Amino acid sequence: MHPISKMALQRLALGIFTLFVVSVIIAGAVEFLPGDLAQEILGQAATPEAVAAFRAEVGLDKPPVERYFSWLGGVAQGDFGVSLATKRSISELISARLGNTLFLAGFAAVIAVPLAVTLGMLAALYRNTWFDRLVNVSTLSSISFPEFFVAYVLILFLSVGYGFDARWVLALIGLFLLVEGFGAVKEGKRIGRFSVIGTIFGIIGLAMVVNALFGWWNFKVGAVSAFPSISNISSGAEFGERVHRSFLPALTLTLVVTAHMMRMTRASIINLMASPYIEMARLKGMSPARIIVKHALPNALAPIINVIAVNLAFLITGVVVVEVVFVYPGLGQLLVDSVSKRDITVVQGCCLIFAATYILLNLTADILAIATNPRLLHPK
Amino acid sequence: MSDDTILKIRNLKIDGKTGDEWLPILKGIDMDLKRGEVLGVIGESGAGKSTIGLAAMGYTRGGCRISGGTVDFEGTDLVKSSEAYRRKLRGKKIAYVAQSAAASFNPAHKLIDQYSEAPIQHGVMSSTDAATDATELYRRLQLPNPDEIGFRYPHQVSGGQLQRAMTAMAMSCRPDLIIFDEPTTALDVTTQIEVLSAIRDAVEQFGTAAIYITHDLAVVAQMADRIQVFKLGETIEEAETRKMLSSPEEAYTKSLWAVRSFKATAKPKPPADEVPIVELRNVDAAYGATPVLFDVNFKIHKGRTVAVVGESGSGKSTAARCITGLLPPTKGEILFNGEALPAGYRKRNKDQLRQAQMIYQMADTALNPKQRIEDIIGRPVGFYLGLSGKAQRERVRELLDLIEMEPDTYMHRFPGELSGGQKQRIGIARALAADPQFIICDEVTSALDQLVAEGILRLLDKLQIDLGLAYMFITHDLATVRAIADEVVVMQHGKVVEQGPKVEMFQPPHHPYTDLLLSSVPEMDPDWLSNLLGARERGEIVDAKTAGSADN
Repeated sequence: MHPISKMALQRLALGIFTLFVVSVIIAGAVEFLPGDLAQEILGQAATPEAVAAFRAEVGLDKPPVERYFSWLGGVAQGDFGVSLATKRSISELISARLGNTLFLAGFAAVIAVPLAVTLGMLAALYRNTWFDRLVNVSTLSSISFPEFFVAYVLILFLSVGYGFDARWVLALIGLFLLVEGFGAVKEGKRIGRFSVIGTIFGIIGLAMVVNALFGWWNFKVGAVSAFPSISNISSGAEFGERVHRSFLPALTLTLVVTAHMMRMTRASIINLMASPYIEMARLKGMSPARIIVKHALPNALAPIINVIAVNLAFLITGVVVVEVVFVYPGLGQLLVDSVSKRDITVVQGCCLIFAATYILLNLTADILAIATNPRLLHPK
Repeated sequence: MSDDTILKIRNLKIDGKTGDEWLPILKGIDMDLKRGEVLGVIGESGAGKSTIGLAAMGYTRGGCRISGGTVDFEGTDLVKSSEAYRRKLRGKKIAYVAQSAAASFNPAHKLIDQYSEAPIQHGVMSSTDAATDATELYRRLQLPNPDEIGFRYPHQVSGGQLQRAMTAMAMSCRPDLIIFDEPTTALDVTTQIEVLSAIRDAVEQFGTAAIYITHDLAVVAQMADRIQVFKLGETIEEAETRKMLSSPEEAYTKSLWAVRSFKATAKPKPPADEVPIVELRNVDAAYGATPVLFDVNFKIHKGRTVAVVGESGSGKSTAARCITGLLPPTKGEILFNGEALPAGYRKRNKDQLRQAQMIYQMADTALNPKQRIEDIIGRPVGFYLGLSGKAQRERVRELLDLIEMEPDTYMHRFPGELSGGQKQRIGIARALAADPQFIICDEVTSALDQLVAEGILRLLDKLQIDLGLAYMFITHDLATVRAIADEVVVMQHGKVVEQGPKVEMFQPPHHPYTDLLLSSVPEMDPDWLSNLLGARERGEIVDAKTAGSADN
């Protein structure tokens, strides 16, 4: 058997064991939640008899271990059971929600992954220039804010049509240009392109800052209300409609995950730029762009793939907050609702799916990392 | 400028950035090269050899700048030309062969794709033509399976073959000039010969001009028409090869020529009944399922040096790993002062561990760059001898005195602030800190310049006499063996093929493999390579194939 398929099988077996451990931990954790389904549904005024009768009806009167094993037996046969609260089949409930979540995650990934890798390569190519710094500052700023904040800011400007006073944005760009311009002039070894750029940057930057301080030129921009702030997707929605409605959550997620992948791409490539084989490529007269794409990137793939996998997993499992903000009918939303309702079986099902996502994505990342490394793929 | 001058460097100055300062690396170099001529550039490390080689391509490494002078290649000054113009020349008109082919080939691409890259990108050939051409050049450079070898990845090809593949790659666009930067330094002597003859033939066939950079005089004598000697960024002397070898004028050149003069004091033979410090008895070892050592036997006596020689992959370092317990042998035993040692180091007690110490080849990587010298040496002092505080510092000072380094100057420095030779001395002091009876020296001088290496050998010899140490000296350099060994163990393919006192080992008759090793050591005679290849062809001397050398 090829070593890769052997490893994949071993890891899958290990993954199934991990899932089992996860399911035990979840089952234990939900037992610690105060109150239970009966109390939540019947309310505080319910008589103890009514609560006991309800418990007996849904099987909550049995001991936790017994409940866990009967649930586990069902899961092993592919049956997640029924929701205690709604009596609907969990498999059905989850599959619709999972589809939505995967759609949103896929949407965000389709934007974020190529964007991050391209930006990372460009930042490595033009490292330590104003472009590099601009990319770093903007992606790092967007990752530094909590997701809900980014989400509300996007809603403010792209959905409710608030718009903003452009002076201050211009002043910020101006400050940036001032700093860059100063740096360029200071570094400008010869009177050439760089010092000219420095001077132009300085003048424009200064003008923008002064404008903001004296408030001469003022206009409102961004009064856009193009996208809905509530992404309630019905099951029959068309593809275009879905894309339009889930644009804001996807954009939020993109802003949150891009920085991480971009920084890793940039760092992995720059890390290799001192290698003898990169110098060899230079001495063969190859262009800087070709060196990055053809010579550095293939050798930097393993760490990049890993960080992409972690971020994809985050896109699927970490979207709870974003889904809640945009009322997006995804798996995260379902999980939050089920926890507050104490709908234990649904919580367990959701968590199991999240855990499986992590395991599968990490396994895929490891296999891809081997497949892109000739030393491992073609042993001596 | 006459028509056949291809490269003319005038008063070239290059600075390197250290901290915030620009310090000169090249201090006004002149160099001339005619079409088809091979110029040997020789000097110790830090002489600026690589820098001038790269500068001939109009290239400087990061942190360096050209601060003056001209590099005139075929009538255009590369210093003043645009980067785009230089990029067009590189790979097409001027090509480069690097020291470590293993590091300079991109691990992600097949050899043939890397060969074809320059011709295709420079628009010299189509990809199919380039592929046919690659096979043709691989054949000319005597690579095995020339039709198939290009489709392998670099890690699937041995070091000597890679170095030839790199020479082929440099020739892919039939450049006018090739820079060879120490192309055989990382190779075994037996492999070096094959690469040298392949390079020489190829350069002759295509009439390519070449700059051949090396620190090995004997090698440059085989390759170059003319030799230029460098020291600290300046030209010391320049002359035709034969003239340079027979009558060097400058004192520095003469000192380079005389470097292999050191001979350790001969020691008396140990009494026949003396118990050896270390003895390997019928040792077999394996990495996983791959057996690497077969029935290895040898003894090392107190106060004596046993040199273990052989090419890479012959099991020299593996034997050392067995002795230190890093690799438990699968069969046989290791005796220390007559007593069998536990196989793995985890089962040995502190005293057993203390008795055998190691000095490594790469002092750069063997010393923790974030620790000061006093901590690096102080750690084993504290660990093995239980000294701490003032007593530990005193011991560190004594050790630094022993290795002839001024304690006050060096105690508080970091390894990065030392030269290569000084770092290796710290490695020696660290081994001595444990107060051992036996030290394994694993290629300790092969990364050093000859003058510095000689200093290290002298120091080791002095310590041996003063402290009665036994050395196991792993090396592939027979000059070192001649200098320091009392006994020699020759290894090949994990077996000991011959062993005995040095005097006998250097006298015929030899085992064929020993013969191959001995005959492969380059000599200063410019005709040595031609004569040797001729003799091997005629079957007068054993060649690599009959001796079963690993690299072919």
